Amino acid sequence: MNRKKLATVWLDGCSGCHMSILDMDERLLEIAGQCELVYSPLVDQKTFPADVDITLVEGAVSSDADAEKIRRIRARTRMLVSLGDCAVTGNVPAMRNSFGTEKVLRRAYGDAAGALLQVLGQGVPQLLPQVRPVHEVVFVDVHVPGCPPSAETIYSVLRELLAGRKPDVTSGTRFGA
Amino acid sequence: MNPAAEVKTLVIDEMDVSARADQTILEAARDAGAWIPTLCHLDGVGDIGACRMCLVEVKGSNRLLPACVTRVEEGMAVTTHSERLVKYRRMILELLFAERNHVCAVCVANGACELQTLAQLHGLDHVQFPYRFPALPVDGSHERFSMDHNRCVLCTRCVRVCGEVEGAHTWDLMGRGVHSRVITDLSQPWGTSETCTSCGKCVQVCPTGALFEKNKVGTKLPKSRDFLMHLSVMRGGDR
Amino acid sequence: MTLEELERIAAGTKNARAAGGHEVNVCLAAGCLSQHSDALKEALEKEARKASASCRVRGTGCMGLCSAGPLVSVEPGGVLYRNVKPEDAPAIVRSAGGEPLRRLQCSRDQAFFQRQVHIVTENSGKLDPEKIEEYIAADGYKGMIRALTEMTPAAVVQEISRSGLRGRGGAGYPTGLKWGTVAKTDSAVKYVVCNADEGDPGAFMDRSVLESDPQRVLEGMIIAGYAVGASRGYLYVRAEYPLALKRLETAIGEARQLGLLGINICGTAFSFDIEVRIGGGAYVCGEETALIASIEGKRGTPRPRPPYPAQSGIWGMPTLINNVETFASVPAIVRRGAEWYAALGTPKSKGTKVFALSGKVKNNGLIEVPMGMTLREIIFEIGGGVPEGRKFKAVQTGGPSGGCIPEQFLDRPVDYESLRELGSIMGSGGMVVMDDTSCMVNVARFFMEFCMAESCGKCIPCRAGTAQMHEMLTRICDGRATHKDLEMLISLCDMVGATSLCGLGQAAPNPVLSTLRYFQDEYLEHIEAKRCRAGVCECGAAAEVRA
Repeated sequence: MNRKKLATVWLDGCSGCHMSILDMDERLLEIAGQCELVYSPLVDQKTFPADVDITLVEGAVSSDADAEKIRRIRARTRMLVSLGDCAVTGNVPAMRNSFGTEKVLRRAYGDAAGALLQVLGQGVPQLLPQVRPVHEVVFVDVHVPGCPPSAETIYSVLRELLAGRKPDVTSGTRFGA
Repeated sequence: MNPAAEVKTLVIDEMDVSARADQTILEAARDAGAWIPTLCHLDGVGDIGACRMCLVEVKGSNRLLPACVTRVEEGMAVTTHSERLVKYRRMILELLFAERNHVCAVCVANGACELQTLAQLHGLDHVQFPYRFPALPVDGSHERFSMDHNRCVLCTRCVRVCGEVEGAHTWDLMGRGVHSRVITDLSQPWGTSETCTSCGKCVQVCPTGALFEKNKVGTKLPKSRDFLMHLSVMRGGDR
Repeated sequence: MTLEELERIAAGTKNARAAGGHEVNVCLAAGCLSQHSDALKEALEKEARKASASCRVRGTGCMGLCSAGPLVSVEPGGVLYRNVKPEDAPAIVRSAGGEPLRRLQCSRDQAFFQRQVHIVTENSGKLDPEKIEEYIAADGYKGMIRALTEMTPAAVVQEISRSGLRGRGGAGYPTGLKWGTVAKTDSAVKYVVCNADEGDPGAFMDRSVLESDPQRVLEGMIIAGYAVGASRGYLYVRAEYPLALKRLETAIGEARQLGLLGINICGTAFSFDIEVRIGGGAYVCGEETALIASIEGKRGTPRPRPPYPAQSGIWGMPTLINNVETFASVPAIVRRGAEWYAALGTPKSKGTKVFALSGKVKNNGLIEVPMGMTLREIIFEIGGGVPEGRKFKAVQTGGPSGGCIPEQFLDRPVDYESLRELGSIMGSGGMVVMDDTSCMVNVARFFMEFCMAESCGKCIPCRAGTAQMHEMLTRICDGRATHKDLEMLISLCDMVGATSLCGLGQAAPNPVLSTLRYFQDEYLEHIEAKRCRAGVCECGAAAEVRA
C-alpha cells in the first residue's frame, strides 16, 4: 500500500498544536506506520514538496511570508487541515487586529518599534495589517478548532483522513477547547 | 375562560402535545421534552424575541416564528428542527462570532459559555463570514465585576434582570446596529454607578464571558444561575 | 362650529380673497425654501407695497415641480413662473393681471401638470398652510362635520372600506379593515397615531403634505378617531422636518381655537385632541412597534408581532397607526363619497398615489397620479424622461425595502401587486430614476449601508447580517470579491430576510435581490473583469495588481 504523504506547518501560533500532536504518544507510531511525514517543523526538510496528501496548519496568517507560504502549500496539498483556533479563528494572534500593528509593536518594543518597523520590510517578514484565519486566505478542507485540539481529537482526525474519510470534528472539540 | 385553565392541543415535531393557552411554543416544547435552542431567552425575565435562535416553522404561516414569544394555538403544527432552521441558526451563531472578538481560549467563560456550547451543538467548526475585529473597550472599574464588550452578544439579559428583578435599571443600551452597546447608567464607568446595587445578577445571567466576577477568573464554574428560579418562585412566579 | 358657521368662514375668506386683487403666490415648502424663496417673498412684498394696483403676496405650499424652484403663481389666471429670483420681483408684480412674463413662464400645458390627478395634494401650492380659513374655504373640515353629524362610526369605517383605500406607508394593508379592527376592540382608551417618520432616501411626500396642507392630515386623524372610538391622537414627526413641525403646531392651535379639535368637537359628544411627538432621527421608528415604543418614551426598537398595535399599541391600548398620506386621503373620501374614490385607480389599488420623483429625470418634484398609471408614463411623460440624452437604466421604488426596476418593465402599471411581482414594493412613494451613470452594485451597497446604519441592533440577523452584506458588497465594488463572496451575499439575503424581527431587516436584502435579478451581469463584471461599466466603482486595487 502506498503510504500517504503528511505535512505539518507552523504559521503564527504558539506551537501548542504541534505539542498536542506529540501528545499522541504511542499512537504516533500507529500514525507513522500509515503515512510519511514529508515536511514539518519536527523534521529537517527545507522546502515544501509537491503532491502532499494531508497538511496540518497550525497558526494564523500574520505576515506576508505566512500568506505566501500558505498559498504555495495549498497548491501542493490535496487535503488542507486548519489545526487549532489560531488557524481556524485567528485566536490570540488576531487580538492585535483591534489595536493595529503599529500600536502593538510600540507597546512591545517601546521607542525601538520605529526602527523595527523600518527593518521589518527588509529581509524580515512584513506584518500584514490584519491577522486572518487560514480559510480567509486559501480554501480549507477540514477545520479542527481547539486551543490546542486534544491529542485524542488530532488522532481521530488523522485516522479518519488517512482512511480517506471526512472526520466528524465538533463532537470532540470546540473553539477554545 | 381563564387562559391558564384553558388547554390547547398541538403537534410539535410530530409529537401530540397539550399546553395551557397562556404558554409559548418554547414552554410547550420543553414540557414535552423537545429542545429548541435559545440565547436571549432566560427563565425568570421577560422575553424579547431578539436572538432568533428559537425560530420555528409553523404550518400555515409563511414566516418563521420565535418560539419564546409565540403563544400556542389549537391545532398548531410546529417543526423545531428543519434543514432550513438549522442552517439559519448556524448562520446566526457565525454572525455573532464574526461580529465581536470572541477569543474562547483566553475567555473566563471558556467551557461554561452558552455561545460556545451552541456553536458546538450546531457543529460549527469555523466561521465563514469575515471577522470584523472591532475595537471595543473593557470596563474594569467596578470593585467586583468586569464588563468586556468584546464578548457581548447583546442578548440584554443583564438589562432585563437588572430592571425587572433587581429593580435598579442600571443597565441599558446605547447606539444603533453593530454599534449598539450595553451601558451602565448614562454610559458612565460601572464603578461610579450610583444605581448599581452590586447584586451581581447581571453577571450570573450573562451567557458569555462579557460580564464576569473578578475573583472567578480561571475557575471552572464562573456563573451560577439558579438564584433566578428561586427568586421567581418566591415572588409568586409560576416558573 | 356647525356646517353653516363653517360655510360662513369659507364664504368670508373667499370674498376677502376676491376683493384683495391679484395674488402672487410663492412656494414656501422646503424645496423652494432651499432656493431662498423666503427672500423672494420679501422682495415681492416690498414691490407689492409700492405697486399702485392691489396685489397680495402669499406664501403657499408645494407646487410640485421642485426642480424648477423657486416657483411663483399669479392668481386669478394661474400663471406659473419658474426659477424666480428676487430681482424678478418688480417685473412679476407689474405684470400681475396683465400679460404674463414669457421669460419666466412655466407652461401648465405640459404633461407634468396635465397628467396628474390631485386629491391628497388638491390644496397644495394653492393655500397658505398657516391659515385655517383658507383650508376651510377649500371645503376643509366639511368631511369631518359630515362624519360627526350624519354618520355613525361604523358607517365611517364602512365608507373607508368601500373606498378601497390601502395603507400609503408602503405595505398596502386595507385601511378600512385596520380601522374596523381597532373599532371593534373593547377598550375605553384607544389611540390614533399618524406616522410622519418619513425616512426613505428619495422620499418627501409626507413632508410636502405636512408643509403644504397640515389641516388635511388633522382632519383625517379626527375622522379616524371618531370612527375607531379614540379620543387622543399622536402625530409622530421626525425632527429633521422643522418646517412641517412648525406648521403642524400652528395648525393644531388654529383648529383648537375654532373648536375643530379638543373637547366636544363641533358641539357633538365626540372629543379628540392631537399631540405632536418628535422623532429623534432613527429610521426604524417608522416601523409601527418601534414608533409606539418611541412615543412611550422608550428606546425606539421594534418588538415581535403579534400582538398587533390594533390590539395592543401605545401603553397596551388598541392603537390605529396610519401614514400621513393615508390620513390625508380620508377627508376627500368622506366628503365626496367612497364610490367617487373607488372609481379611480385599478380594481385592487384604488385612488391616487403621491410620488416624490427624483434622480436622473428632467422634472424632479412631487406628483400625484391615479394608481395603475405605467412607470413609463410617470417617468417619461410626467417626469420628462432622462436628461442630457443619457440612457434610462432603472427606477428605484420603495426605498431601502424596495428594489430597482429595469427598462423592460416600464409598461407595468404602478399598483401594490405589480410592483411586488417585480421584486420591488410601492413603498411610501419615493421614486429615484437612474441612468447609465449609475452602478447597480453601488446602488445596492448604498441601500445596504443605509440599513446597516439604521438597524436598531436588537435582532442578530439584521444587526450583524447587514454589516456582513455591506462588507460583501464593498468587496464587489472594490474589485476584491470572489464568487464565494457573492454566494455568501446571496445566502445572507435569504437568511436575513427570513429571520429578522421587523420589516427593516426582513426587507433589507430587497435592493440586493432586485439588482441581482436584473443586473447580475454587472455583479459578475465587478468580480471577474474587475470592471465597473458605469465608472462609479474604483476597482482600483485589482487594477494596480494587474499593472
